[in-house]
Amino acid sequence: MRHHLILRTITKLLVAPILMFALYVQFHGDFSPGGGFQAGVLFAVAFILYGTVFSLAQVQAVFPPWLVHKLVALGVLIYAGTGVVSMLLGANYLDYDVLGAHPEHGQHNGILAVEIGVGVTVASVMIAVYYAFAGRPPTISDEDW
Amino acid sequence: MAGEAAQTAKTLVDHLPVLQVVVPMLASPLCMLFARAGLAWAIAFAASLACLAISIALLATVVDGGVISYHLGGWEPPWGIEYRIDTANAFVLVIVSAIAALVLPYARQSIAAEIEAKHHALFYTCLLLCICGLLGVTATGDAFNVFVFLEISSLSTYALVALGAARDKRALTAAYNYLIMGTIGATFFVIGIGFLYMATGTLNMADLAERIAQLESNRTVRAAFAFIVVGIGMKLAIYPLHMWLPNAYTFAPSAVTAFLAATSTKVAIYVLLRFSFSVFSPGFEFERFTLLYVVLPFAVMAMFLASIAAVFQQDIKRLLAYSSIAQIGYMLLGIGLVTATGLAGSIIHLFNHAITKGALFMAVGAIVMQTGHTAIPKLAGLGRAMPLTGAAIVTGGLSLIGIPGTAGFISKWVLVSAALEKGWWPVALLIVASSLLAVVYVWKIVEIMYLKPAPQTSVGEAPLGLLLPTWGLAAACVFFGLWADLTIDAATDAANGLFGGGFAAR
Repeated sequence: MRHHLILRTITKLLVAPILMFALYVQFHGDFSPGGGFQAGVLFAVAFILYGTVFSLAQVQAVFPPWLVHKLVALGVLIYAGTGVVSMLLGANYLDYDVLGAHPEHGQHNGILAVEIGVGVTVASVMIAVYYAFAGRPPTISDEDW
Repeated sequence: MAGEAAQTAKTLVDHLPVLQVVVPMLASPLCMLFARAGLAWAIAFAASLACLAISIALLATVVDGGVISYHLGGWEPPWGIEYRIDTANAFVLVIVSAIAALVLPYARQSIAAEIEAKHHALFYTCLLLCICGLLGVTATGDAFNVFVFLEISSLSTYALVALGAARDKRALTAAYNYLIMGTIGATFFVIGIGFLYMATGTLNMADLAERIAQLESNRTVRAAFAFIVVGIGMKLAIYPLHMWLPNAYTFAPSAVTAFLAATSTKVAIYVLLRFSFSVFSPGFEFERFTLLYVVLPFAVMAMFLASIAAVFQQDIKRLLAYSSIAQIGYMLLGIGLVTATGLAGSIIHLFNHAITKGALFMAVGAIVMQTGHTAIPKLAGLGRAMPLTGAAIVTGGLSLIGIPGTAGFISKWVLVSAALEKGWWPVALLIVASSLLAVVYVWKIVEIMYLKPAPQTSVGEAPLGLLLPTWGLAAACVFFGLWADLTIDAATDAANGLFGGGFAAR
């Protein structure tokens, strides 16, 4: 990719807006279409694009595989943990009403927490899948074609 | 808006139905987060013990015919997801969590010998997800939720089977095969659920049961039932849909095989029972015909053809896998009889076969650990080299045949009496005749282990960590064969609950 100046420049320009848009979709999810799944995929796309244009080694220097694996688990914990918190506050599992001073505030907080969990897991699963495929040594080397 | 019930504070006991599923669900990402084999094992084992305690508490609460309904997120059913525990699913919850609590201490040493060290923490993560999925399928009272949990357990199962690749690369194709077949099954199942939703506009099982009762001649409802039976039939390996099972069981790591053989097909049987008798009802003519003319003949074919196939196997794990398909035939036979006694027979066999096959596959795992192979000709003389493992295989084998004094006898006895109660003595004879085939394949193992001279190799007895769980289950085979009241009472309660209209009657 050394010669593709345009590709490299555009990618560098695009990564930040993609990440910003992902965060917008994440946090605006309860007012407009969007939410954790879409935001997670968008977030992962920024890294996948970066890895495709530059190199796997470079993207893994930014976001190492061990961290990706931890985040996969962390997102699930955030989601399931939200349910446990509402249980500890005396309501049923995943009942958001008790998570704020007013039931409606509670529902906002609850859905936000759960969607962050979804976003973290989806983004890191997408990146983990990309790492797994991109990290495979090619069965036939490029020269042998 | 969430119901008022949510406003009153709850105690721990009120949360047991959801904790049953949430405990393994929380423990699983923790295992991955800490990523250390020893710690992951400790978390998984603690979670499995907690699950066992919860399931026993739930069974004790509902055993006298009570029903616990838990509303997730405080949303009232039929709008919200409901967990609904009655005797039938509490019984299955106990089976799954008890087997899990025995497999985990066994797994520690067994997977150390069979799986690469870097995968150990992930192994426990997947196993806990699988446990979570199986418990969720069983606990939930929402038809779509069943599908979601079925997929959680299936996807983790594919990964678990593939982990056998460290011992034999064929585990990868076995897992891939299972992935394709299992996905087709799940797709059929969800198409069925979709049809039900289209016809009734609800997904809550109790609500579905009420609405379906008025829609019996509806083609969509009939198609839904057909799709659900085929879909779940794939998962539980009904005779002609069993092709994924032998390879998956043969090449999976021993601890995984023991766990899957004892739980996953059993949970699928439970789903079939729940849909046949709680959501749909045997009064639904299309269903009665399906059970009688499709499920029953295939059940009988499984009993014979799979047993005959087992006789000719040259690998002990594959032999036991074919025997599992045959034993699933007995459970389906009980369902196909469409009587309360037949159902009780199915449910008892569900339990008895779980402990029998669990013991057998665990004992085989001990052989794998000590000798490194499962080919039957190479087992010569092992009965003397590994006396305790050998005795566990004999005990399990006797229970598989159905010798009086073992658990297998009790379930076959109930099934035979269910067939006679209906006046179907040929079916009763078929049950006895197919048991003779079990004698042949069990004898094949016993003969080579005890009567053939041992080659000049020094093989020692398996370590205690493997022997204790194995013997726990082998002793259970004898215990529940001699004191069968416990299982018969629970299964009869469960069968009456299901047969008496399931949810609709309450």
